[in-house]
Amino acid sequence: MFTETLLTWIARFISGASVRWFESQPDTCQRVYFANHTSHLDAILVWSSLPNDVRRLTRPVAAKDYWVGGAVRRKLAKVFNALLIDRTEIKVHQSPVDLMLREIGRTHSLIIFPEGGRGEGDETGEFKSGLYYLAKKRPDLELIPVYINNMNRILPRGEFLPVPLLSSVTFGPPLWLESGEPKNDFLARARDAVLRLKDC
Amino acid sequence: MLESWALLGTVAALLGLATASGQWLRRSDSPLLDRRAIDSFNARLQAWWFFSFVVAVAFVAPGLAVTLFGLISFWALREFVTLTPTRSGDHRALFWVFFLFTPMQFVLVYLDKFESIQTYGLFSMLIPVYAFLFIAARSAFAGDFDRFLERIAKVQCALMICVYCLSFAPALLFLDPNPPGGPSDNALLLGFFVTVVLASDLLQWFWSKSLGQNVIAPAIDPTKTWEGVAAGAGSTAVVGALLFWATPYAHWYHAAMMALLIAAMAAAGSLTMAAIRRDRGELASGNFVEGHGGVLSRIDSLCFAAPVFYHVTRFILPDLTGN
Repeated sequence: MFTETLLTWIARFISGASVRWFESQPDTCQRVYFANHTSHLDAILVWSSLPNDVRRLTRPVAAKDYWVGGAVRRKLAKVFNALLIDRTEIKVHQSPVDLMLREIGRTHSLIIFPEGGRGEGDETGEFKSGLYYLAKKRPDLELIPVYINNMNRILPRGEFLPVPLLSSVTFGPPLWLESGEPKNDFLARARDAVLRLKDC
Repeated sequence: MLESWALLGTVAALLGLATASGQWLRRSDSPLLDRRAIDSFNARLQAWWFFSFVVAVAFVAPGLAVTLFGLISFWALREFVTLTPTRSGDHRALFWVFFLFTPMQFVLVYLDKFESIQTYGLFSMLIPVYAFLFIAARSAFAGDFDRFLERIAKVQCALMICVYCLSFAPALLFLDPNPPGGPSDNALLLGFFVTVVLASDLLQWFWSKSLGQNVIAPAIDPTKTWEGVAAGAGSTAVVGALLFWATPYAHWYHAAMMALLIAAMAAAGSLTMAAIRRDRGELASGNFVEGHGGVLSRIDSLCFAAPVFYHVTRFILPDLTGN
């Protein structure tokens, strides 16, 4: 509890994030927050931007290979209740999407980064299909687009010391998978929903 | 001692009055009122309360006041660099700018307190010379030459305005007083400086609103007029003369002249910062900084006036008074 509060404050200080909810409101209903990915701190940042009661029910999805490397990272991943996914070894009957759905049950929400890896600089890459399968298997989940601005300057790829600039996190209005919507159309629409928040 | 209480009391009374009227204006729903102007007025008053608090701290704990100025610098620097596009090649240089040069500048300013160390030479040189050389070299070692000169100039400019120039305000606390007096005299000098800068900000803004005709640079700041600046500077000089008793100067007109000088520098500062913000586009500040443009737009006039006020008080006024 104490570490959680401390971590939230540190994350807020380093990222200097102003948090905005654009045409949407924080809620404890089951949601999938999907954001653009620019820095290692993204997961902590989105997680710490949520109000306390929502945050307790929300689990960021993170790459296992990064977050088990070193005692500090392992401890951090535990504090913010991360759901670690093994990127290197994906089994047929144990797909990441099934794992995520099993872990969240009927109470928790997820934070995911559908680009997979971090983008190069400012660019937001194409979305991987995980978001589509999540939406298809659990159509009741609200999908909330999140735009993270400027984090790539605070902690760029390959750096380990952050520069305390200011960033912003914008949560957008929920979207759902339309019935019969093709996978690529849906992923493009979801990506646009994130990018549209840039100018809000 | 009496003067310190008098200064704090005067400022608190004036601010209380202004805040009350600002809040009253905010609540009243007359359609004739300009909402934006009232919000801007209230934001300025908030900044003024904050700086008066810092001055009050300076009377009892100069070290803490220096720390507070350091934190303001740090925050302003965050805003400034956020507005300025840098590349990942500048990351390491920026790290040292934030975590080495900024704290070090304020530590050196504080060390000037001790007669035996005399760090004036060091803190007036650290950023213009050593940070300048370091930033250029560190970015070069990072190996990215794209718009190199532009990038290092931006970082250096941020450091000069937000850290170096502002640090001359707390440096006033350790300036050799003239005529000699206790340490509280210097807090009075800082109080005089801060009050005059913020008063000039408010007066120039007020006169520009009420009798402005000729805009100085419409593309940069459509609200700043020659009339506003002139009338603002004139009325600031009156404020300065009225606060003469709080200064170490020999004559009342020295205080008035200093106030005039401060007003001119403050106008230059806010216009310069408006140009920088315009260059980066409105969205840049609006997106990251909530409220009225953040810390940076509240301290721009302080930054420009501080070094000039410090140097004139230190080097020119003693000569004028024949000491």
